[in-house]
Amino acid sequence: MPQQQVVLKNCGVIDPRDINTYLEKDGFKALGKVRQEMTPEDATGEVKASGLRGRGGAGFPCGVKWAGARSTPGDEKYVICNADEGEVGTFKDRYILERDPFTLVEAMAIAGYAIGAKQGYIYLRAEYHHLFDLLQNAINQAKQHGYLDGFNIEIREGAGAYICGEESALMDSIEGKRGESRYRPPFPTTVGLRGKPTIINNVETLMNIPQIMLNGADWFSKMGTERSKGTKVFSVSGDVQKPGVYELVLGSPLRELVEELAIAKNIKMIQIGGATGRVLPYAMIDTPLAFETVLGAGAVIVFDESRDVIDIVYRTMEFLTEECCGKCTPGRQGTEVMLEILDRFHHGEGAKREIKDMEDLSSVMMLSSLCGLGQAAPNVVMDTLQYFREAYESRVARG
Amino acid sequence: MNREAITVPPRGREELLVRLKETQAKFGYVPEETMAELAEYLDMPINEVYGVASFYSFLSTRPLGRNVIRICKSLPCYLKNCQMIIETVERELGIKPGETTADGRFSFRLTNCIGLCDRAPAMMVNGDAHVDLTPEKIAKILQSYK
Repeated sequence: MPQQQVVLKNCGVIDPRDINTYLEKDGFKALGKVRQEMTPEDATGEVKASGLRGRGGAGFPCGVKWAGARSTPGDEKYVICNADEGEVGTFKDRYILERDPFTLVEAMAIAGYAIGAKQGYIYLRAEYHHLFDLLQNAINQAKQHGYLDGFNIEIREGAGAYICGEESALMDSIEGKRGESRYRPPFPTTVGLRGKPTIINNVETLMNIPQIMLNGADWFSKMGTERSKGTKVFSVSGDVQKPGVYELVLGSPLRELVEELAIAKNIKMIQIGGATGRVLPYAMIDTPLAFETVLGAGAVIVFDESRDVIDIVYRTMEFLTEECCGKCTPGRQGTEVMLEILDRFHHGEGAKREIKDMEDLSSVMMLSSLCGLGQAAPNVVMDTLQYFREAYESRVARG
Repeated sequence: MNREAITVPPRGREELLVRLKETQAKFGYVPEETMAELAEYLDMPINEVYGVASFYSFLSTRPLGRNVIRICKSLPCYLKNCQMIIETVERELGIKPGETTADGRFSFRLTNCIGLCDRAPAMMVNGDAHVDLTPEKIAKILQSYK
């Protein structure tokens, strides 16, 4: 399947500092159309019909989220753009914000109209402080041109915490608290920021909205697979000749992305979706990239034959242990115990029974962790135990 | 902090993280006295203030140098030999990760993914991103921070 520019349509085409260059490329036409020709219900319905799913990793249907917040009674509702991509190997949202902040602003205004919100927030990770001025400038220019009448957008900066990319922790952070995951239900669409109905959408998810409104849900849903519509923006790094950002129609094979576009050679394995993502061996290189197979937020890290599987798994678990918020026991203790065991294998001092221990611990964490971090933390261990079990067995020193 | 000089924040406790970040920017860390003042000002327990101040990696409850170097150690940078960059900075400054130079000019830390993986190895100095690092580039970058 070919590369297709939907999300990245304006990247490298417009001047991210000048709204006029965006207006020349149909900028804010979708917002005009939505406000003049569509009711909020129509707008929400269009997103639902498009089949657009969240691009931040979880893949929740965007239209369902919008409809949930729309139908919850209340005068005060919020639109939040999650610009806190912290998943290891993800940099697509940075790439997008650097090149096309205007589409995001337009999309948030559309979302505000659709769910009945007057206030929007962009939660920008502290590591992306260098994008703050560019983003604020885009908001200011949109305001000066009257596109944000009745809808205010504020940037809130994080302070360095991976977990704040998790939507409930993100809201706590905006509320000035430690970024800890919340118990759900209730879901943010009914009880969100400050207890009000809230939608939280990833940067890339929102980037699709203006074109869905202009071209229609049918146009969008013709791209992709049955359960994964549209395109996906991938961040490719690691052992490749051309690391970078690539947009492909969903369902495209992994091979096209890593071998043909990013030029990877002698691949041993590929981690898709970052630290909480999945690991595939080279033998599965023809796997289609979609929500029903592997996707996450689209971080693709390639490891060549020279890499040590246990070393990679250990470092992934180290990351998760450091970034876990500590609120729930399976997340806090689970990652730590897993790291201790992996440390022994790392040093060639693993015990045979510990392989079983890791499998048991994995299922406990998957079942009982409070949020996606703890639930998905065992993925890297389980996948490598499945595909590279000999790597573990070769590090066993005792029974 | 002069209490009379500040208008009472409309959103109460929600101001906490913003205030802590301001304090961090001003003093290079969040002093205990400021935490006590913020607790009183926002009418909340000081342990909660400390809880927030100690949660985020861009806030520090201990004094840091004027410039904070954060070298990324996550996998994409690791695969591009960030260890070499870490060792170069250690040599240039004569300190290990987590330490501050005697003259207070630099603190040096390792950090998790900063989203510059396509141009690894990468690091941040204060708010600035530095990419495609080589040991040769380090001295020049460090010189530009006083």
